[in-house]
Amino acid sequence: MSNIFEYAPAPESRAVVDIKPSYGLFINGEFVDGHGKAFKTVNPATEEVLAEVAEADDADVDEAVKAARRAYTRVWSRMSGAERAKYLYRIARIIQERGRELAVLESIDNGKPIKESRDVDIPVVAAHFFYYAGWADKLEHSGYGSTPLGVAGQVIPWNFPLLMLAWKIAPALACGNTVVLKPAETTPLTALLFAEICQQADLPPGVVNIVTGAGDTGRAIVSHPDVDKVAFTGSTEVGKAIARAVAGTDKKVTLELGGKAANIVFDDAPLDQAIEGIVNGIFFNQGHVCCAGSRLLVQESVADEVLERLKRRMSTLRMGDPLDKNTDVGAINSGEQLKRIRELSEVGDAEGAERWEVACDLPTKGFWFPPTLFTGVSQAHRIAREEIFGPVLSVLTFRTPSEAVEKANNTPFGLSAGVWTDKGSRILSMANRLRAGVVWANTFNKFDPTSPFGGYKESGYGREGGRHGLEAYLKGADS
Amino acid sequence: MTPTSSSTASTASSAGVLDDVVRSESSLRRFLHGLPGVDQVGCEARAAGLATRSIKTTSKAFAIDLAIRMVDLTTLEGQDTHGKVRALASKAMRPDPADPTCPATAAVCVYPDMVATAKQTLGDSGVHVAAVATAFPSGRAAMDIKLADTRDAVEAGADEIDMVIDRGAFLSGRYLDVYEEIVQVKEACARPDGSSAHLKVIFETGELQTYDNVRRASWLAMMAGGHFIKTSTGKVQPAATLPVTLIMLEAVRDFRDQTGQMVGVKPAGGIKTTKDAIKYLVMVNEIAGPDWLDPDWFRFGASTLLNDLLMQRTKMTTGRYSGPDYFTLD
Repeated sequence: MSNIFEYAPAPESRAVVDIKPSYGLFINGEFVDGHGKAFKTVNPATEEVLAEVAEADDADVDEAVKAARRAYTRVWSRMSGAERAKYLYRIARIIQERGRELAVLESIDNGKPIKESRDVDIPVVAAHFFYYAGWADKLEHSGYGSTPLGVAGQVIPWNFPLLMLAWKIAPALACGNTVVLKPAETTPLTALLFAEICQQADLPPGVVNIVTGAGDTGRAIVSHPDVDKVAFTGSTEVGKAIARAVAGTDKKVTLELGGKAANIVFDDAPLDQAIEGIVNGIFFNQGHVCCAGSRLLVQESVADEVLERLKRRMSTLRMGDPLDKNTDVGAINSGEQLKRIRELSEVGDAEGAERWEVACDLPTKGFWFPPTLFTGVSQAHRIAREEIFGPVLSVLTFRTPSEAVEKANNTPFGLSAGVWTDKGSRILSMANRLRAGVVWANTFNKFDPTSPFGGYKESGYGREGGRHGLEAYLKGADS
Repeated sequence: MTPTSSSTASTASSAGVLDDVVRSESSLRRFLHGLPGVDQVGCEARAAGLATRSIKTTSKAFAIDLAIRMVDLTTLEGQDTHGKVRALASKAMRPDPADPTCPATAAVCVYPDMVATAKQTLGDSGVHVAAVATAFPSGRAAMDIKLADTRDAVEAGADEIDMVIDRGAFLSGRYLDVYEEIVQVKEACARPDGSSAHLKVIFETGELQTYDNVRRASWLAMMAGGHFIKTSTGKVQPAATLPVTLIMLEAVRDFRDQTGQMVGVKPAGGIKTTKDAIKYLVMVNEIAGPDWLDPDWFRFGASTLLNDLLMQRTKMTTGRYSGPDYFTLD
């Protein structure tokens, strides 16, 4: 970076957020103490302890499911769709009104830059509630019937805490289900603030229940006999365990798991925008994105040029305080995740790939990993196969469109892919041949409530978002 | 960061390694159409993203002074008088009479018949005189008239010539005609003593319409030896925009990577506020690089921008806003 034109720090004020020293569970419209041992949530950028959060044990989860069942049978499933829509619209509007507060809290608890939480996460969260509010009184036109499933048990990850909550809760409530949701143990605070928003919206008690905790709490929700539907977003490993746990029951399940997306750059691509797309594909949200474009497949004829431009662009990325409005890349969410990113990067070194990282001073406190490239990567390398879930890009090359398709599809995952070319016919033919739930053309990592999202193979099953997202929460047209 | 090769562009006529490209109409067309395309949505998103950078305190003070030094203070009206030009030139030398630390602008930009007046007023102040020539703003005249217009301005003492390209020729695909026109105007910029006025090539991007065209025009002008590429005359809307300037900054950056030669960029028309100017500077810094953060390599073509810069500058030094009456009209 230039030293004649340094940007002065422009930190967003924390004063808009009131973080309490401790939080309970949100059950039946009230905050209650949990029976488990309280745990701490920290700011990953500073390692500062933000709050103590209650852990829900089996008895707490049982209480939450009972509250959800009561609310389901007595109130929510009996209410007309138009009435449910009013609540969802109200929630959406409160989210917009309190957007600044939500964005700041999300950045503090998660480590993501404020410009992403403010300009991407929160607007899309509100959009999801608006979108599914619109469906609530039109379910008979959905093609999936209009009968809800019952109580939904939902477990969400730490990378987009509030967005994943919206993806789960908005369609569930629109369809007439009630929910018990568990946010990730490292990022529970915005879900608890959302619980307050439910109170503010006068949502009937028990329609939304939020229980905090780690793996054991999640297991209690998934295996609870009175939960009709399980929705999970997170790692493939946990997803497999959930699939095993519900096998043989009549629970409906949707899983949205890991990814190792190919971002394919052809030699006729709009190169400067492709560079932006590569950067956005892997360094957005510190690479903590299940659909991240973590495998760059670049046509051999432009590989050198793309790499040179990419390195130059990466050198302008600004890392640091997530609350600074000029920050592009924030903190890794937890020490544990940082350890995993480091380990897999070392595997990359050991396999003979060449590492290049942005030269920058990392803060001494907190969890940080610089934006990193590996070149000379082949399909046989672990860094080309395993999800790193961090700001690490593996660069591979290809010569023909067929080779690009083969390499892109040669992965256990299939969540997303990107194609960069100026040729419209090639975009369409690639999109048809790529085995991925989402294929972006000349863009990457764009989310919209109207468009379905989900995976092939080990990336899970079921779709969230759009009309298709309703299917996971309705009994189907014929029942 | 690529190594800097300082002002080699001032002596370059054509870009050496790219000489083959301009041998024929077809090779030139192949080259220009072979440049990477521009995705409109992505380009505009990037420009909008850069415009959200927050600049505060010390860097803002630096940015304001830099922006003042980059202004080509402009009057291009049919009703221009010698008195008006003299007033403008005085303002360019001392933009803020109350504050001697305020830097002068880079240049004043006038019609050719006003060059002598401007030159006389500016003396050896260091502020350049830029003249628009070549049948500005439409460019619709015979070539000998355009060249005469240029020579006239140079003879009258213009340090810089802002020429307009023939958009008709460009849009009908006669790239070589445009190229040769720029080469000839550049020759007309030569002075008897062997030196030469600097040539700025105006594309009128509002008429070129597409970003692909802007990128092609940029390369065309750079290969023809233009010292600066400039967005607009200010007479056509839209004039300068952030995405168009972004494409031009990418072009000068890539051109230096290929040829080692640096070319300047001048957005003109519609840049009115300090906030806008700072957005452009952020873009210069992040797209082309800090080497371009210099009046030799980046200019603002503007008439009303200067007073807003002065107002913000005063706010930074005194902590208070003052009204428009505290700054001179021209």
